[in-house]
Amino acid sequence: MAILVDNETRLCVSGITGREGTFHSLRNRDYGTQVVAGVTPGKGGQDVDGIPVFNTFHDAVSEAGANTAMIFVPPRFAADSILEAEDAGIELVIAITEGIPAHDELRVYTHLRRGNTRLIGPNCPGILSPGKANVGIIPAQFFKEGNVGLVSRSGTLTYQIGNELAQRGFGNSSIVGIGGDPVPGSSFIDVIELFEADPETELIVMCGEIGGSSEEEAAEYIGEHVSKPVLAYIAGFTAPPGKTMGHAGAIVSGSKGTAAAKAEALEASGVRVGRNPTQVAEIAVEIIGARA
Amino acid sequence: MDLLEYQGKQLFMKHGVPVPDGRHAASVREAVEAAEELGFPVVIKAQVQIGGRGKAGGIKLANDRDEAEQHASAILGMDIRGFTVHELYVERASDIDEEYYAAIVFDRSAKKPMAMLSRMGGMDVEEVAEKDPEAMRMLHVDALIGFQEFQGRRLAFESGIAGDVIRPVGAMLAKLYDVFVREDATLVEVNPLLITKKREVVALDAKVTVDANALFRHPDIAELRDVSAEDPQERMAKERGLTYVKLDGNVGILGNGAGLVMSTLDVVAAAGGKPANFLDAGGGSKAEAITSAVEVILSDDKVSAVLFNIFGGITRCDEVARGLIEAFRQIEPDVPFVVRLDGTNDKEGRALLAEASLPNVHTEATMLGAAEKVVELAG
Repeated sequence: MAILVDNETRLCVSGITGREGTFHSLRNRDYGTQVVAGVTPGKGGQDVDGIPVFNTFHDAVSEAGANTAMIFVPPRFAADSILEAEDAGIELVIAITEGIPAHDELRVYTHLRRGNTRLIGPNCPGILSPGKANVGIIPAQFFKEGNVGLVSRSGTLTYQIGNELAQRGFGNSSIVGIGGDPVPGSSFIDVIELFEADPETELIVMCGEIGGSSEEEAAEYIGEHVSKPVLAYIAGFTAPPGKTMGHAGAIVSGSKGTAAAKAEALEASGVRVGRNPTQVAEIAVEIIGARA
Repeated sequence: MDLLEYQGKQLFMKHGVPVPDGRHAASVREAVEAAEELGFPVVIKAQVQIGGRGKAGGIKLANDRDEAEQHASAILGMDIRGFTVHELYVERASDIDEEYYAAIVFDRSAKKPMAMLSRMGGMDVEEVAEKDPEAMRMLHVDALIGFQEFQGRRLAFESGIAGDVIRPVGAMLAKLYDVFVREDATLVEVNPLLITKKREVVALDAKVTVDANALFRHPDIAELRDVSAEDPQERMAKERGLTYVKLDGNVGILGNGAGLVMSTLDVVAAAGGKPANFLDAGGGSKAEAITSAVEVILSDDKVSAVLFNIFGGITRCDEVARGLIEAFRQIEPDVPFVVRLDGTNDKEGRALLAEASLPNVHTEATMLGAAEKVVELAG
């Protein structure tokens, strides 16, 4: 088992004919993901290395049986593309695009929450279920199948922590990047809920950062609803207030959104918080034992 | 992107939010001319992106030409909590009867816009919240339906403002919501929201933050970006398309990915060092971007050692190594570098560095080891 993406995933990539879109779609296919379609308006009928391109998501669903969408188009077109995928009946949309206006994200989020489509991202590295499917830009070579579910607001930090875990023998059920924007389509809670229900996942590692209050909300949820051990890392203890640290959502506003407050809330819910990526892996060993 | 008061008021005027008549001035002469044009008394206001201007002496009433000249020259160049005043706003003085507080904010936790109103304005919001938490009334707005008239009335009634201004204050909130949505703002704050002696509702201040990701839709706002007020390193980095935040320490930092860079700052601080900057060279960084980033980091004189912390995913460590080698050829840095390369093509990258045998470049295998080393070298 894994969560969100697996052998059943039939991926359609919006923006497949762009440079980045083509590169990552083919990498995802090489990994074994079923990339069944692409969407680029006006390029219907063409193909990208054998992957058929359609004008609309509706065609991709009816003709290629797509059930998952990946969004790779530039920020100004991204909200429209997510809404099109939803309208075509796709129930899982993974948006890699960075730089989507917050108000667009707000409208998309509000609309999607009223229906059945789940959005992961935007501004995220995607989802990897080792051995099954890779949707996005996560470098799969560092990860193998295993029992640690990883959910993160950051890309490279996920690779760093994932690699520290891998060096101690741990593999992953799934790795989910929820993205660094102020209005993520899915929160820590949404993903932790899935890991809690996934029989393969034994340990949940969450990787948060400054800004907003999603870690605090996750802490409360974990305290009440999660039976599996959860381990956390928070980046940005030294970030000055009022400065956006790379990710649009990574900002301490006044006294709100600090790393210290997040770590404190998590620890109060029984979540152990590693002070650096290496320590996260060491605590993982303490919790579920070393893996050969 | 935080706008100055007068820039915010320009947006207010565009959407029919009443503001006092005013003029922008960048010199004492311009301020005096503006004052005479508007008619005395006027208020001369420092334009800086920080609150507490009044307390700091950055807002003064002028009853005649001499006073206008005197205040304008005192305020220009003044330092307000670390911000130097380069611009003024000269505004016709208002007859103040009451001061309220109104704002449209983006509630990240609820993922909804939120409208706020209080009858206690003109002071620090956090002070109000402490003194009388019940005085601040707020409600969420549905992002798809927008702000409704009943919401304006409800906030106005609940906040206990005077009966005669309930409708106009409600209407004011609706207009502020218009500004919030149509200008892609993440904050629209009016403190104080003024009730004049004639019982007119006027926005006496304007604090507007516009989403930097939406500037492509607002070329007029994008042009307002005040490059002269920015830190020189931050400006240089922006021109080169790098994500850089200046900090006040001496350890220069370069990493790839925002989360990893933030984590690197924390690890350096935990090792007893003080980071000089946050610099995310981005995913898939090519050699030229690395060379360019090194130039930005070293343009800060305080930097006495530099840490490269790279975990290559899409970024290839050999490209990073090539960029560093090229930077050494072009700039010949005189401070030590600590380089930690891990991930995609890390062996190739380390081999390139070994072969180049750059002066004063130390390679470390782990992030923690690299942090300790750079702190030791930075002194």
